[in-house]
Amino acid sequence: MGRLQLSDLPRLARRYPLVFIGGGLLTLLIILALAAPLYAGDPVNINPFKRLQPPSAEMWFGSDNLGRDVFARTIFGARISLMVGLLSAACAALAGLLIGVIAGYSRSFDNVVMRIMDGLMSIPTILLAIALISLTGPGIGILIVAIAIPETPAVARLVRSVVLGVRQRPYVEAALCGGARLPKVLWRHILPSTVPALMVQGATVCASAILTEAGLSFLGVGVPPEIPSWGNMIASSRLYLAIAPLTIFAPGICLAVTVLAVNLLGDGLRDMFDPRSKRRR
Amino acid sequence: MNGPLLKVENLTKHYPLGSGIFKKSIPVIRAVEDVSFSVEAGETLCIVGESGCGKSTVARLLMRLVEPTAGRVLIDGTDIAGLKKDALHAWRRRMQMVFQDPYSSLNPRLTAAQIITEPVENFERLGRNQRQALAADLLRKVGMSPEMTHRLPSELSGGQRQRLGIARALSLNPSLIIADEAVSALDVSVQAQILNLLLDLQQQMGIAFVFISHDLGVVEHIGHRVAVMYLGRIVELAPCEALFAKPVHPYTEALLAAAPVPDPTRIRLQVPVDGEMPSPINPPNGCAFHPRCPLAVERCRIEVPPLVPMADGRIVACHVRAPATELSAPPIANRALAQIDSIS
Amino acid sequence: MLMRESAKDDVLLDVRDLETHFYGEESVTRALGGISFQVKKGETLGVVGESGCGKSVTALSILRLLPKLTARTVGGEVRFRGRDLLELSDREMRKVRGDQIAMIFQDPMTSLNPVYTVGHQIAEAVQIHTKASHPVAAAKAEEMLRLVRIADPERRVNNYPHEMSGGMRQRAMIAMALACSPELLIADEPTTALDVTIQAQILRLIVDLKERTGTAVMFITHDLGVVAETCQRVIVMYAGRIVEQASVIDLFARPAHPYTQGLMRSVPDRRRGRQRRLPEIPGIVPSLREPIVGCSFAPRCPFAIDICRDKTPVLRDVGSSHTAACWRAEEVMGA
Repeated sequence: MGRLQLSDLPRLARRYPLVFIGGGLLTLLIILALAAPLYAGDPVNINPFKRLQPPSAEMWFGSDNLGRDVFARTIFGARISLMVGLLSAACAALAGLLIGVIAGYSRSFDNVVMRIMDGLMSIPTILLAIALISLTGPGIGILIVAIAIPETPAVARLVRSVVLGVRQRPYVEAALCGGARLPKVLWRHILPSTVPALMVQGATVCASAILTEAGLSFLGVGVPPEIPSWGNMIASSRLYLAIAPLTIFAPGICLAVTVLAVNLLGDGLRDMFDPRSKRRR
Repeated sequence: MNGPLLKVENLTKHYPLGSGIFKKSIPVIRAVEDVSFSVEAGETLCIVGESGCGKSTVARLLMRLVEPTAGRVLIDGTDIAGLKKDALHAWRRRMQMVFQDPYSSLNPRLTAAQIITEPVENFERLGRNQRQALAADLLRKVGMSPEMTHRLPSELSGGQRQRLGIARALSLNPSLIIADEAVSALDVSVQAQILNLLLDLQQQMGIAFVFISHDLGVVEHIGHRVAVMYLGRIVELAPCEALFAKPVHPYTEALLAAAPVPDPTRIRLQVPVDGEMPSPINPPNGCAFHPRCPLAVERCRIEVPPLVPMADGRIVACHVRAPATELSAPPIANRALAQIDSIS
Repeated sequence: MLMRESAKDDVLLDVRDLETHFYGEESVTRALGGISFQVKKGETLGVVGESGCGKSVTALSILRLLPKLTARTVGGEVRFRGRDLLELSDREMRKVRGDQIAMIFQDPMTSLNPVYTVGHQIAEAVQIHTKASHPVAAAKAEEMLRLVRIADPERRVNNYPHEMSGGMRQRAMIAMALACSPELLIADEPTTALDVTIQAQILRLIVDLKERTGTAVMFITHDLGVVAETCQRVIVMYAGRIVEQASVIDLFARPAHPYTQGLMRSVPDRRRGRQRRLPEIPGIVPSLREPIVGCSFAPRCPFAIDICRDKTPVLRDVGSSHTAACWRAEEVMGA
């Protein structure tokens, strides 16, 4: 591969279009969400005189049943969705990496922990989240934990299989022959090989976390109702679909686009790291 | 120096097949069975045999990549087979390994310089300049240009990669290099380059080699002494010239006869040996070679032949060709070792 | 040209100017740079060369088994019994493969299906090509296993490939290849993955079967020893071209291309006695992605002079049915 330079970008874009489309879209969404206070209005201000307004110069997507600015709410909702998605993915990836690496190296740990992981995998995400949230009360932190837990086993399994494969490689044995100690072998020779799998799996987790968050919020057990989130918006507006369709379509389309962007990125990364899957396409 | 550089005594490795929670007795793969030999400083001992004969397991046992079931591996008189991990660390400097596959034995993410200086950095801290100097020096030793330091393995040819593997092994200035099929994956013209490099290094630095190979042509070219393995055991160990001039064990004979010779005028009359090597899970009783052996007699089916010293300084395990004379022969291993000492 | 016409009757396969390219992300690899050779009826032709020289690509190009997306035969013809295989429809080509031309590979697992028994697979091949009834085909499968000297064929027909050893699998693959009595057998490194004692058995088997069935064999290998033991005529390939072509006796007695000579010398050979250093071929094989000016071997060649670096040599006669692509073949033969 060699060292990458800025001048290589157009070439890479042609070679891995999915990564660029997905990644670009996602980056754009993140920038829009982070910069929301600069250009979008107040997402929580209630104005009873302007309920269910059609789009106007003042409120681009109109207003909802409480007279709140749908555009501002959609933009601020992106913050919640992206944060939940990215943080859940990061938590699941980190936990999975740790468990997977240890399981790949220690037989006894492997036998015990991977059985527990099997058990975790069989718990439906939504049920676990509802159970956890009913214990602690709604909050974004607990939501992220609740989404990350059932996703962790899949990551752990993947990392474990990569580690099991790589630790048999002659270059790992060569490192041991050269007197390298285990932490160094792990850090230098084994962990880098797990990165591709982690990134691909992370994208999958991220996409499903965004959907799960929206689902939970829709059910009223996710993000607290005072915080604007796409799930909350769809839930509270579903009665007004006929009068103010944008109150549902705006967050709905944003949700779809975000998940699509993450999935495209994931697929693109997979193709990039595994040239075989690309050729088969 | 007194005594051999490397002395291997009764090395044995059995791999259990599966875990035995629910089974009373676990079947084992008898990969290496009671192997003893020694290597002098600056000498090349070759181990030949066909796949599954245990020769690669011997290499891995010597490097402690796998733990032996029994036996000792002595370097300058110290048994490293019994050492704890920390004590072993220091001994790693004495003994290095070159691997078969020049592709999978180099980390594809590291540059040439990182690969070849890594072993040294496991023992001492290197500054940036020191590392550059060391890398350039090592590359020069293996006949590569110092400009290659920033190359990734994927940018190098098979022969160049194997040179990197050798440079990595050289970085710690070992007294012994174990080369496990180090030239088997290379094209003949490149193979000759690498063999010449190994010979030069031996001459310049006095490195001893344990050279493991299935290729008799290569072995004859590079070896001082040769051990022939069959199904986990050494069946013949002899000085190189003697072995190739006149093989004694029928398996050695078959192996020599089977190697294709680049001479179209030579006509082969018969296949040298029929059948295939039996499974090491369930080896035949007696001599492991008897089911394929044209000379086999009743005794071969019952009794494992001991390694018997011959007049010309070789040891052979065959009831027919090398019958043990004394009835009260000492245990196999001791005799073999005594013989090894006298050869070397 | 004249010789070619007169010998037309016993020419089975006539390859002319075959050119195959591989297409990478942003480069073209000229794997075969226009090669021409013939296989006569019933002969064994050896194709030798080191990895990347194009010997396997030659076989795959003839059988049109190249990966469709990344490789294409861009020129030349492959005349098999007078028909150009490159012009056949896919369906006609499938009939030729197996029926008239069979191929065996280095790794038998690539052509044996792991989920069917060996007997079933051989019988199926027989049924497809001869329309024999099932019992006849099954009997034929057993007979074929016996022919390739697999012990206990009655029992072995019911074995799955994984239940066999490497040597036995290779025998089974040969049995399958020969089941439809093809006129040409292409063997691509069939013994490279095997141990020497097993290799000797398989080589013997191939030679015996060839004599019995009269099948022509194209034997692809990197091992000069294997060539010497099995082949009658040899072509030597380097960097996608044929550099020398001769009878096996001539080739070993008087190699006319410096590459052939270097190859022979760099093999450790017991008959030359022990030397401390092997004669090596310096340097590395050129990349086929960039166009090569002059002789592709010139940078590594001890005989190279100015003309070698400027003009690409073509195959020319250097003896009776002995051709070499070298400007200085006479000097090379004398050296």
